[in-house]
Order: sequence, then C-alpha cells, then structure tokens
Amino acid sequence: MYRYDQYDASIVETRVEEFRDQVSRRLSGAMSEDQFKPLRLMNGLYLQLHAYMLRVAIPYGTLDSRQMRMLADVARKYDRGYAHFTTRQNLQYNWIELKDAPEILADLATVEMHAIQTSGNCIRNTTSDQFAGAAADEVTDPRPWAELLRQWSTFHPEFTYLPRKFKIAIIASDEDRAAMRLHDIGLQIVRNEAGALGFKVFVGGGMGRTPMIAPLIREFLPAEDYLSYLEACLRVYNRYGRRDNIYKARIKILVHEIGADEYRRQVEEEFLHVKTLGIDPPAAEFDRIAAFFAPPAWEEGLSDDLDLADPEFRLWVEQNVAAHKQPGYAIVTISLKPIGGIPGDASADQMDLMADLAQRHSFDELRVTHAQNIVLPHVKKADLHAIWQALSDAGLATANLDLISDIIACPGLDYCSLANARSIPLAQKIAERFASLDRQRDLGELKLKISGCINACGHHHAGHIGILGVDRKGTENYQLLLGGSGAEDASLGRITGPGFDEDGVVDAIERTVEKYRAVRTPGERFLDTYRRVGFEPFKEAIYG
Amino acid sequence: MVEALRFRDDAVHEEPAVTLDAFLGQTNATAVRLESDEDARALIPHLDRLALIEISFPTFRDGRGYSAARILREAGYTGELRAAGDVLIDQVAHMRRCGFDALAPNQPLDQAAVEQAIGRYAFSYQKAADGRAPVWALRHG
Repeated sequence: MYRYDQYDASIVETRVEEFRDQVSRRLSGAMSEDQFKPLRLMNGLYLQLHAYMLRVAIPYGTLDSRQMRMLADVARKYDRGYAHFTTRQNLQYNWIELKDAPEILADLATVEMHAIQTSGNCIRNTTSDQFAGAAADEVTDPRPWAELLRQWSTFHPEFTYLPRKFKIAIIASDEDRAAMRLHDIGLQIVRNEAGALGFKVFVGGGMGRTPMIAPLIREFLPAEDYLSYLEACLRVYNRYGRRDNIYKARIKILVHEIGADEYRRQVEEEFLHVKTLGIDPPAAEFDRIAAFFAPPAWEEGLSDDLDLADPEFRLWVEQNVAAHKQPGYAIVTISLKPIGGIPGDASADQMDLMADLAQRHSFDELRVTHAQNIVLPHVKKADLHAIWQALSDAGLATANLDLISDIIACPGLDYCSLANARSIPLAQKIAERFASLDRQRDLGELKLKISGCINACGHHHAGHIGILGVDRKGTENYQLLLGGSGAEDASLGRITGPGFDEDGVVDAIERTVEKYRAVRTPGERFLDTYRRVGFEPFKEAIYG
Repeated sequence: MVEALRFRDDAVHEEPAVTLDAFLGQTNATAVRLESDEDARALIPHLDRLALIEISFPTFRDGRGYSAARILREAGYTGELRAAGDVLIDQVAHMRRCGFDALAPNQPLDQAAVEQAIGRYAFSYQKAADGRAPVWALRHG
C-alpha cells in the first residue's frame, strides 16, 4: 500500500481547506450555484435527484482496513449507514448534505483519502486489475505505475479543462480484469524480447452513447518514457478534441474521426518534443513508490490442500476464490450481489467486517473491482473456511461471482438525474428470477450489465447480456444487447430489437439463456456459444 | 475589459494585439492575439519579435489555452503571455503554472484573492512551465 509523505499530505490537506472555503462562500450566498457547480464537480460532489452525492476516490481500487473503516464511519455519520461501490473502483455516498462535505473530506484526509478529480473534465481516478500483486499471470504489479499516474494527473495544470472527462486503466496481465480497452487510455505492461519493461498503449476506447474499443497506438513504450508519452497523448487531445458538441468530445471521437494512424503520428511528433522537457521522474522515484507495493511477508511452504467437505463452503470456494501466485494462498472475492440486494451496496457494518477480515487474514489489504465486488487479495487457504463463515453471518457469502446474478448496475433513476429508467429494481428482479444457484452454475460465466441511460455507467455494451434503459413516451423501456465483453476478448454488444417493459425484459433474458442451453456444446460459455452460432438464433428465440 | 493583472516588472506593452492572420501577414507587429482554435506553433518562427501574446478563453471550460501557453514557453518565448476572457479565480493558479504572466479577465478579480489562489498550494506533483520543482524532484534532491 502506498503511504503519503509530507508532500502528498500537504496537497490533500490544502484541498480540504480550499473546498471548505468554497462551500462556505456558497452557503453564505457569496457564490451562485452556477459558479459553484464546476468547483464542486472537481471534487466529486454531484447534485442528484434527491440529495448531493459524494464520490470518493479509491486509487486503483486498493485500500486498507483503516480506510475501509473510515468509509464505514462516514456512511454512519453523514449518510444513511451504507455506501455504494462503483464500476470505477470508487465509492459513492448518496445522501450527503452540502454543509457536511468539507468535514467528510477532512475525515477522509486523516486516512490518506480524497475526492480529487472524481468528476469534471479532467483525468479521473486510474483503475487497475483487482488481482494486482496476487495474480500468477501478471508481468509485474501495475499499481506503482498507477500511483505515478495519480500523482502526475493530480491538479495537472494543462489538463484540468479537457474537452471531456478522461479515464485511464492499467493492467499487467494478458487476462484483462479491468476492461482496459474500454478506457480513454488503456495501458498493458509487457516485457519486450530483450526483457525490458514497457507498455502497450491503447487510446480511444469508451462506452457511453458511442462505444468503441481502443485501437493500439504504441506497440511498446519504454518505461522511462511513460509520462512523457501520456503527456503527448493528452496534449493532442486537449488541443484537437471536439469542443462543439459534448456528445462528441471524448477522445474516442477524435481518434475515430482522424483515424488511429493520424492520431499516432500527431502523438509521436508531440512526444519527440515533450521528451526534451524532463517530465518523467527519475528511476529513484519509481523505486520509492514500488517499495510500498513489495509483496507481503507470505509464509513459505504452506500446503494447497483444502477441506471441501462442507458443500456450501465448497460452492463458494469454487465460485468466488481464485488462484494466488504464492503456494498456500488464495484470492477471495466478496460478492456485493446478494439475491434481491442492490449491486455494489454495502452497509457500514459489512464494511467494518470486511476491514476486520482484511486486517486479520489479508495483510491488511482490500480491493474494489469494476464489477462492484470486494477482494481480499492475500488469504491463506487454511483461513478460507473461517472467512467464509464470518462472511456468511454478515450476508456476504453469496457464491455468484461471474454468474448471471453478479450484475453490474448503475444507480439509475432511483438516484441519478441523468437516468431514463431504473436499474436497481430490474437487477433485483433478474437476480430473483435466477435465484437458484444450481441454475446459475449450470448457465456458467454470464456477465449481465445494466445501464439506466445511454451514458452506459452500467457497462451494458460490455455485457455478455446487456440491458439499456430508455424512456419511451414517458414509460421505462429496456433494450436487450447480446455479445459484449469487457475482457481481453473485448467486444461490443448488439441490440436485439424492440425493447421491453421490466417484466418483459426478464422474460426475454430467460428465453435467451434457454436458447443458449439448447445449443451450447459441453463446457461452452454463453459468450462463446453466441459467437459461434451468431445473433439470429437468439433473436428468433427472443422475438419468436 | 478591465485592466490586466500583471506578474512581470517590465512596462506594459502599448501596441494593441492583432489577429493571427494579420500578424502573419505583416512584418512589424509585436503583439498578437490567439483565438482558442488557433495553432500556437504558427508563432514559433516569430517569437523573437513578439512582446505580447494574448490567448483567448471564450469560456473557462475551453482549456486549449493552457496547452498553447505551455507550447510557447517551451519554445523559449519570454515576452508577456496574457490570458484574456472568461478568466475566473479558480483557474488562475493553473494559468500561472502553464506560463501565463498576465490576466485580462472579463470580470474584475480581487487582487488579494488572486494572490491567495496562486499561492495556495505549496507543492505540485508535475513539471509545468513555471519552473517550479515537482514533488519528485524535492524528494530526490
């Protein structure tokens, strides 16, 4: 875990005081809402349908027990005793009063947390692989590089008024657990033939109303040119990204309109210049940061044996526990998707429990996943049963990771002022329809993602099954999409046809998965069956 | 337009700024105004005869001027670099870091508030055009 030094602490504390001053000017009437809006947005404070929403950054989704407990405390003290983990590995409070926001930020600063750049047309919180540092397939831990990005992008004076928001994801495995190519910039750490570390740079991906998979812009960027190259990527975008139409202002539109080759040419030209400016920190700074992410003191020589006699425990292990690179250890994913629950929500008590488990069993580390679950990254296999029991008692042991009820859903019309339709009640209905774990496991890996409007916060384009809520003549209507993926085999879902009402879309999903069961080959995932047999058989099954 | 706030000691440049097209078409102008969609690099061959470059901010949300300013400073321009237009108190620190040394806001800004805003943060994480050492340089001497 990265820890602040005096410089990091000074910057975050100054931000708290600056925001306190801005809020007091707003509350006294010295500043209008119009003037205040861009300021509060730079600090993650949105005015939603019923209240202010505060979005707290969880850099690259990593936090410790002290931070998780503070997030729980804030939920109790200033919200309604719960909070919501987001698809960008952040956390949102939905019932905040403006007058409390400065105090909340001050509380968060005591545990080295902030809400800087969690909204606004700037570089947002960098996301990463939730298994970083624990996955066997990674080239290196991507988080030191993500922390370099956090520092470089924080209050970057040139890139605070970009044409639109800007999201960067960084991974270090061929298996993509972070939807890397659906970001404005996606980075994959690789080694070249000479063994040197560098980056594959993808630019111009995204979801929203114009979904795109990012093209490869640089095959191998040497590590020492990391920030200079990103500075060049951003500068070309800041200068030439469209500003005439908010819906065409993301970098994906620029890259698409001028073409990846032309964008690459402009970036490379800018990079030759930027490289002379000495923007990249010295290796000593990387080493300083990397030291915070050194592997924890794992015990050596532990057995990989596990007693799976308890059938409930066995189901959970099979579904929610992943292989760890250290023998005798495992990676636990805690599902925040109980049947009938709100995807990504956790109560303050549940957050405290997860913090306790992390402290006791996972070297004090937790991760947030883009699928809105929580990970304990470094757990001894011998402790798994005790952890599972503790989670069960708290309603946190749902064994549905990557199954149809492990739904990504945006807050939707229950909270969000942009939404056209509700997402949460639909997610609950779908989970209830497919509540049987036997049935879910029979259907296998099936990523279902729901957005309540075309802004696609619920990643519907990347769902094996995606659902898009629209407004049709004043009533909520749901379109169904098939065949998307946010993983290393990234693809965009295709709309099946006319939309449905809430019950209708649940029935349509049932027809879809029954078609899959009828035509799959043994062991074939839904997505692979869809890709093999194509769109038409499913369309026919859905609409008859 | 209110009087510009300046962060330089030399005398105010009296010659009015001309448009980029006008500037490129005549050999003796010493002040130019760059609109936000114009390419700052067009000025690079002429920097030695320029005493004032004014960069337009039609709205504070239009951040192209920050890149224009840095490009000019990175090319060695040392004359006055003026941010003109929708320049608000909450942008002035970023403008200074990008190399602006004069502000010509549409609405007057309180000088003391501007000074406070510019001096608020003791440290910066990244290199820019203001010569300030980034935090990583302070960490590693």
